[in-house]
Amino acid sequence: MTRVMARNRRTQVRTSATQATPSLAPHRGSGERRAWIHTVIGVVILAVLLFPLYWMINASFQPSGALLKPEPSYFPTTFTLDGYRSTFATQGSNVVTSLIVSLGTVVITLLLATPAAYALAKLRVPARTSLMLVVITVQMIPGIVMANALYIVFARLRLIDNYLGLMLADATTAVPFAILIMRAFMQDIPQELMEAARIDGAGELGVFRSIVVPMSRNSIITAGLFAFLHGWSDFLFAVTLTTGSAFTPVTVGIYRFMGAQTADWNGVMATATVASIPAVFLLILVQKYIAAGITGGAVKE
Amino acid sequence: MSTIDRTGVRERGMRSRTHRREYLVGIAFGVPAAVYVVAFFGYPLFYNVLMGFQNYTPRSFYTGEAPFVGLANYQTVISSPTFWPAIWHTAVFTVGSIAFQFAIGLGLALYFTRRFPLSGLLRAMLLLPWLLPLIVSSAIWRWMYDKDYGVVNALLKLIPGVDAGVPWLTQGNWALVAIIIANIWIGIPFNMVLLHGGLQSISADIYEAAKLDGAGAWQRFRYMTWPLLKPVTLVVLMLGLVYTIKVFDVIMGLTGGGPANQTQTLTTWSYQYSFQLFKFGPGAAVSNLLIIIATVVGLLYLRSLRRSGDPR
Repeated sequence: MTRVMARNRRTQVRTSATQATPSLAPHRGSGERRAWIHTVIGVVILAVLLFPLYWMINASFQPSGALLKPEPSYFPTTFTLDGYRSTFATQGSNVVTSLIVSLGTVVITLLLATPAAYALAKLRVPARTSLMLVVITVQMIPGIVMANALYIVFARLRLIDNYLGLMLADATTAVPFAILIMRAFMQDIPQELMEAARIDGAGELGVFRSIVVPMSRNSIITAGLFAFLHGWSDFLFAVTLTTGSAFTPVTVGIYRFMGAQTADWNGVMATATVASIPAVFLLILVQKYIAAGITGGAVKE
Repeated sequence: MSTIDRTGVRERGMRSRTHRREYLVGIAFGVPAAVYVVAFFGYPLFYNVLMGFQNYTPRSFYTGEAPFVGLANYQTVISSPTFWPAIWHTAVFTVGSIAFQFAIGLGLALYFTRRFPLSGLLRAMLLLPWLLPLIVSSAIWRWMYDKDYGVVNALLKLIPGVDAGVPWLTQGNWALVAIIIANIWIGIPFNMVLLHGGLQSISADIYEAAKLDGAGAWQRFRYMTWPLLKPVTLVVLMLGLVYTIKVFDVIMGLTGGGPANQTQTLTTWSYQYSFQLFKFGPGAAVSNLLIIIATVVGLLYLRSLRRSGDPR
C-alpha cells in the first residue's frame, strides 16, 4: 500500500520518469501482473542456465548413432535406455566405490570436525582467532599441492589404491568447511543449557553428546551432506591416489570413459546423469544452508 | 571472557584451576582435528617445499631417497617453453572467469532481489551447476563443444553467415575460450548466492527514500547499491580468485591442458610433471609457485575480509 502511494507521489514529481518506465504505472492490479512477468523471465533465465543439464539428460536417452549427426535432436525422439544399461554394466562398481568413499569421508569429517567446531564455538581454547584463521586459510591450499606430497607419503605407507587413504585425502576439502559451518551454528546454543547439564552432573563428553550434538543436528547434517558431495565429486585425489588397478571412483570412470570412446556420448551422458543425482538430493535437502555452505561458513548470510 | 574475569575475586584459586580444566577440555575436543590438519595440510605443504629441492625418480619410491639438487627443479621449470604460456593461461583463465562470473552473478542477484512468485525456488535451482561434480560438468561441455555434433556449433550455425563450426577444443585459442566459458557457467551460482546475500542486507528503506528523491534505477545502483555492496564484492572477488587459480577438474576433463599445452595452467602443468612424466621435483616446484601466488591472494583476501568488518 505504502509502495503504491510512494509511486503515486513519484509520478507527480517526475512524470518524465514514469513515461520512460511504463512498468511503474500506478494501476492496482499491475503489481501482481508484473510480478508474474518477472516469474516468466526468471523461468527463461533458469532454462538458459540449466540448458547444459537438459542436454546431458537428452543425450543420455538417445542412441549413440542418433547423436552423431550434424542436426542435433532437441528431444529424445529415438528413445533408448542403452546408456543407462551400459552405465550399470561398466560403471556400476565405480558408483559403489564412490558411495563407499563418500560415506567414509562423511564419517571421518564428522568425527574430526564436530568436536573441533564445538571447542571453537563454546569452549576455552588457546589462540582461538589464529586457529580460525588456520581453518579458513587451509581451504585455499591448491589440491594439487596436497596430491603431490600425499602421493609420495601414501606410496611409502601403502595407502595408494586404498579406501582409507582416499577417504582421508577427500576429507581435506570437507573438514575445514564442516568446522566453519558447524561452529557458526553452534555459537547460537544457549550457554545456560550446557551449564544446567553440568550442574546436573554431566561430564564434558555428556554435555557434548546430550546437549550439543542434538541441538546442532541441522548443521551436522548439512556438514555431512557437503562432506558426502566433496567425496563424491572429488576427481583430483581420485585420479592421483589410485592407479586404476584396485578400484575406480566414478569421476575417474567418467574421465576414462570420455577419453577412451568419445563416440559413445550416450553412455558418457548416462553416467554423468547418474553421477549428478547426489547434487540434486543435496539441493532439495539442505537448500537453505547452501548459502552458508558455499563460503564454507566464512560468511554467514 | 571478560564476564568470567569480573565475577568476584573470592574464589581465585579455585577459578584458576577451573580455567586450566576448561582449557584442557577445549584442547581435548580440538586435538583430533588439529592432528589431522597438521598431518594432511601442514605436512604436505612442508613436504612439497622440500620436494621442490629434491630429485625424485621412480627409484625414490622404493628407497625413500631423493638427492638434494638445490634450485635445479626451478631452473627446469622456468626455462621450460611452457612456463610463460602456463602463467599467461592461468592469468587469462582466472581473470576471464571471474570477470564474467561476477558480472552475470551480480545481474542475477539484482534480478532476484525483486519479490515475485517462485523466486526462491528458481534461485535455488540456479545453484545446480555449482553442486555438480566438476568432472560431470566438463563431460557435458565437452559433448556440447564437439566440433561436428556439438550443440554449441549447431546453434552458432543458425546465425546467418556462420557456416563452419568452431574447433572449440582442438585449436589453441578457442580451447582457452572454451574452458573459460565452461568455468564461468560453473561459477555463476557461487557469485549469485553471495551477492544476493549482500544485497539482502542492504535496507530497503534507503531505496524508498532515494526513489522519493527521484533517483533513477541506474543512479540507485551506482550511488547506493554498489558502494554498500563493496565489502561483499571484495570477499566474492578474492574468494573467486583463490578458487579459480587452482581449478583442475574442468581443464583436465575438457582439454587435459592441450592441444599442445595451449590450455596448460600451473595446476595442470604440475599434474603433468608429477603424474604423467613422474618428475615429482619439477611438479612440486610448479605447485610451490602456485602456493606463493595463492598465499599472496589469500592474504589480500583476509585483508579484504577484515576491512569488511566480518570477524570471521
